[in-house]
Amino acid sequence: MITNKKPRSSDTDSIFMKDDRTEMSEDDDRSPSPNSITHDSSPTRTYTTGSGPGTGPGSSSVPEYLAPCPDQVLENVLENVLLFLTSRKDRNAASLVCRSWYRVEALTRSDLFIGNCYAVSPKRATSRFTRIRSVTLKGRPRFADFNLMPPNWGAHLAPWVSAMALTYPWLEKVHLKRMSVTDDDLALLAESFSGFKELVLVCCDGFGTSGLAIVASRCRQLKVLDLIESEVSDDDVDWISYFPDTGTCLESLIFDCVECPIDFDALERLVANSPSLKKLRLNRHVSMGQLHRLMAQAPRLTHLGTGSFSPSEDVAQGEQGPDYVSAFAACKSIVCLSGFREIIPDYLPAINPVCANLTSLNFSYANVSAEHLKPIISNCHKLQIFWVLDSICDEGLQAVAATCKELRELRVFPFEAREDIEGPVSEVGLQAVSEGCRKLQSILYFCQRMTNAAVVAMSKNCPDLVVFRLCIMGRHRPDHVTGEPMDEGFGAIVMNCKKLTRLAVSGLLTDRAFAYIGKYGKIVRTLSVAFAGDSDMGLKYVLEGCPRLQKLEIRDSPFGDAALLSGLHHYYNMRFLWMSACNLSNQGCQQIAQALPRLVVEVIKHEDNLDMDENVDTLYMYRSLEGPRDDVPRFVSIL
Amino acid sequence: MEFERDLHLDATELRLGLPGTATKQSSEKQKPNSNLAKSNKRSLPDMNEESEGSSRENSRTVSSNDKKSHDQETAPPIKAQVVGWPPIRSYRKNCLQAKKLEAEAAGLYVKVSMDGAPYLRKIDLKVYKGYPELLKALEEMFKFKAGKYSEREGYNGSEHVPTYEDKDGDWMLVGDVPWDMFISSCKRLRIMKESEARGLGCAV
Repeated sequence: MITNKKPRSSDTDSIFMKDDRTEMSEDDDRSPSPNSITHDSSPTRTYTTGSGPGTGPGSSSVPEYLAPCPDQVLENVLENVLLFLTSRKDRNAASLVCRSWYRVEALTRSDLFIGNCYAVSPKRATSRFTRIRSVTLKGRPRFADFNLMPPNWGAHLAPWVSAMALTYPWLEKVHLKRMSVTDDDLALLAESFSGFKELVLVCCDGFGTSGLAIVASRCRQLKVLDLIESEVSDDDVDWISYFPDTGTCLESLIFDCVECPIDFDALERLVANSPSLKKLRLNRHVSMGQLHRLMAQAPRLTHLGTGSFSPSEDVAQGEQGPDYVSAFAACKSIVCLSGFREIIPDYLPAINPVCANLTSLNFSYANVSAEHLKPIISNCHKLQIFWVLDSICDEGLQAVAATCKELRELRVFPFEAREDIEGPVSEVGLQAVSEGCRKLQSILYFCQRMTNAAVVAMSKNCPDLVVFRLCIMGRHRPDHVTGEPMDEGFGAIVMNCKKLTRLAVSGLLTDRAFAYIGKYGKIVRTLSVAFAGDSDMGLKYVLEGCPRLQKLEIRDSPFGDAALLSGLHHYYNMRFLWMSACNLSNQGCQQIAQALPRLVVEVIKHEDNLDMDENVDTLYMYRSLEGPRDDVPRFVSIL
Repeated sequence: MEFERDLHLDATELRLGLPGTATKQSSEKQKPNSNLAKSNKRSLPDMNEESEGSSRENSRTVSSNDKKSHDQETAPPIKAQVVGWPPIRSYRKNCLQAKKLEAEAAGLYVKVSMDGAPYLRKIDLKVYKGYPELLKALEEMFKFKAGKYSEREGYNGSEHVPTYEDKDGDWMLVGDVPWDMFISSCKRLRIMKESEARGLGCAV
């Protein structure tokens, strides 16, 4: 039966407004049945006979019948119009116009995005939005990735999948980031949604190959199974073989983070049986010889993760191996390459045939030198996204700058993530990139030493920068040429890069840097701070100056209660605030909790320090409609 | 910062610990609040996970001086590392750590022959950090003196010259290419008599 979904506020509007719209909206394909006069005790459930057979929503040209009232027509029209609205910002705005728009928007929204799984309960979300096809959920805060939070903090998928199993039978897509997902959750998911098409798990954990096997075997419509930087436990289940033998609709299969060996024969059969497969990212247990065979089965791949990129051990040294160059030449559609997990650099030239078409190249697990890189990168004229290890040195970055004029995103990861070494990349590489890659929009750069001059240069050369994340790995390191703090460099970034929304700072920074951020960073949404600042003023500048700030994560910086309190006016506008190893006290955090009832203020203690003392190890606070969550582990106290 | 080095601030700095003990970066605080959050994830021994009390003012004031003085001295064997810093996800760290460990464990054994010696030796090139160490070890092993190396003239003033065979099968003079390149291309070593080695030096 059609159930009447009441909006949050009780509605005493015209009964006509509710009925036909409700009836028509509930079922996509079913046209309203004629002569459906159903009365029941609730005055809001009367249906008019205004709609006859064949009349779709919005039609008012049925002269023999009672014409639908104008308000109803408007709602029908609205519904049809709102169907085209896809941006969630626009939808959120539309839902605030009036109750009618709120209702209609809720009925027409098909993509549900929840930036913090604790901000709203599954029940509330599924009650408001009833026709969801795709759900995106984000759980843990980002600093949890760096072991700054004890395990089992929360972000469990279970309550969500239970609620959705009941209310969204037509659910097709689930995208999760930093959530704890169990095999049972995956089983429930696979059983509950018959049309399930897309599962993307980014930085998730808690499940294993047995969960994957269930998804593989049950989800017959599965098009996308992407496991990205997730931790998958090895349950000794050959999950690849659980895909149906008769063929799959798989378009994307990404499992490069799965550390367990797989049965290659099963994989080969799967690839052969998946004619729509366009994206395939193998894990490091797939050798080059096996890669070669797979490429032969799937020449139309667009995205390829190459696995280990080294021959398996039983291939004799001088033996003539398969012709890898031809294999790559045959895959004319490849635009994105990754993998190279255990690369033998001698084999790298095999990818030459595809370089000219590459838009994305991920070498971030490949220990290659500048020598190895140069001949390859010199062909990559169309490259837009490049992830690489600092083993290529400044020289390698210069080569990138010389060729990759279309580069939009660069990430340089450290091969050795330590503080006390010389470091192969520096301001030289950054400067070169800024001069060569003028269209750069996003950069993540790990280095041991840096100068303000290079950062300033980048701020001027790359005006399109949206994301600037510089990690000078030595804590509190100043400009190594002038000895000055890095204030001026970051100041120039916020001043000159007018599109900047995400910033991560490092090196020796005084309050001045934060003054710059507060003054110029007017559209900054995400800010990451570590080992920086002199006093409360630093944080105050930011909280008072950055109206768009949504996500603020701070560690090991001397900001105290006074600074925390200066942000009271803003915290409801933020998704979260994280502060660990700063100068906060329980008292200060209590004040916040009392002043802002809709904020959940979590104080997280480290497991070896569970006595309540005045100092707060870690503060994680976020707005929420639900109040304190009920799955709090013992090391978390909610104020 | 150059001038700070000259001021020897580290010598006059107040710190805990017995005189003469090497300064550790931020180890003053003995508080248990040491971010020893052990993750239940990977079990690889990861030196980056070691931590000392790292937070708050101490790390700010101590480390800036320590850092500079340490940068100039030879690096102490293991530096106290802070949990979660640098901010690299464990997965990535572990992948690369594993590679490093593998590479380190593997060793790179090459045969060394010396003209006139009855039998060959084998050495592990990975053990040496650079040419000076390697040459010293060879000199000791075979009891000879290599002489002084210069780019233009090769090894001056000695009866023996260290050479190596590279991947392409050519005999090269030890010391011409950067160490890393040498390690990856050296297949065997041969200590030649100076008279034979003439051709290998720079043609003068």
